[in-house]
Amino acid sequence: MSRQSNRATDSKKMNSELFTLTYGALVTQLCKDYENDEEVNKQLDKMGYNIGVRLIEDFLARSSIGRCQDFRETADVIAKVAFKMYLGITPSVTNWSPAGDEFSLILESNPLVDFVELPDNHSTLIYSNLLCGILRGALEMVQMAVDVRFAQDTLRGDNVTEIRMRFIKRIEENIPAGDE
Amino acid sequence: MTVHNLYIFDRNGNCLFYNEWNRKKQAGISKDEYKQMRMFQLEMRKYLEFKLMYGMLFSIRSFVSKMSPLDMKDGFLSFQTSKYRLHFYETPSGLKFVLNTDLSVSNARDTLQHIYSNLYVEHIVKNPLCVGQTLDSEIFCSKLDSFIKALPYYSPRAA
Repeated sequence: MSRQSNRATDSKKMNSELFTLTYGALVTQLCKDYENDEEVNKQLDKMGYNIGVRLIEDFLARSSIGRCQDFRETADVIAKVAFKMYLGITPSVTNWSPAGDEFSLILESNPLVDFVELPDNHSTLIYSNLLCGILRGALEMVQMAVDVRFAQDTLRGDNVTEIRMRFIKRIEENIPAGDE
Repeated sequence: MTVHNLYIFDRNGNCLFYNEWNRKKQAGISKDEYKQMRMFQLEMRKYLEFKLMYGMLFSIRSFVSKMSPLDMKDGFLSFQTSKYRLHFYETPSGLKFVLNTDLSVSNARDTLQHIYSNLYVEHIVKNPLCVGQTLDSEIFCSKLDSFIKALPYYSPRAA
């Protein structure tokens, strides 16, 4: 299952429409499998989390970025390096809270929703919730607990797509319990 | 010039992978003893050695960061004794790579980084079937083995 790939050509070969449609098929299937939107949102978040936990290793290996000094640097790296690398977009980082522990990523365009229109009976579906899970999972692996949610979404009639991220705490390393 | 052994620990201190190349002496065991030892005792010794190693790394890392006059960037990189040098590389995600070599190898950082980004990430992280406490991916093990053996400073002495 592990594949040999030539990274230099990787990003060029990737067909973004196929990616977008695959994601659409995934969400559609979840909508069929689960009764309500809440549950689908939860599943998307969970799947994203599992992706993020692994994706972070790929990100670190490819970008060779070291540990960030503060949350602002983290925000910049997410917007300018991570989103660029995996989705080909660069969201802007704005709306910092005075304490500096909360910010928004504004996505001008979201490749996941290129062909999507939400039907009326799915008004509470957070279509791109996978992204929240990915961010949460990836940051957890670098000792940061964060809360990630969609504040605005163009799919639901807002002007922009806004992902709100809040820093909760640093996850401290613990000494492995001895079994002596 | 030679490579002795390699440990990979996950963020919780589990030893994901261990292999040795030119290691003549087992942790605190003489050769005669080694021959007599039964298999499970050897396994047990290995397990204790992993724990000892991780505990040492954990302590030395926090010691080093407490003693540092400035905020460190890389932290603890290596130490040496009169017989060997231990090279340490930790990823921001908490994976730890430890390589023991003899004294002629002054810097193995690139080697460890290569093992992480070109072998570990490619063959373990991107393999959805590879989960759990140990890395039993054959392709990873064989690639790693040939990578180590191709290192310029890998040259086993005649036993």
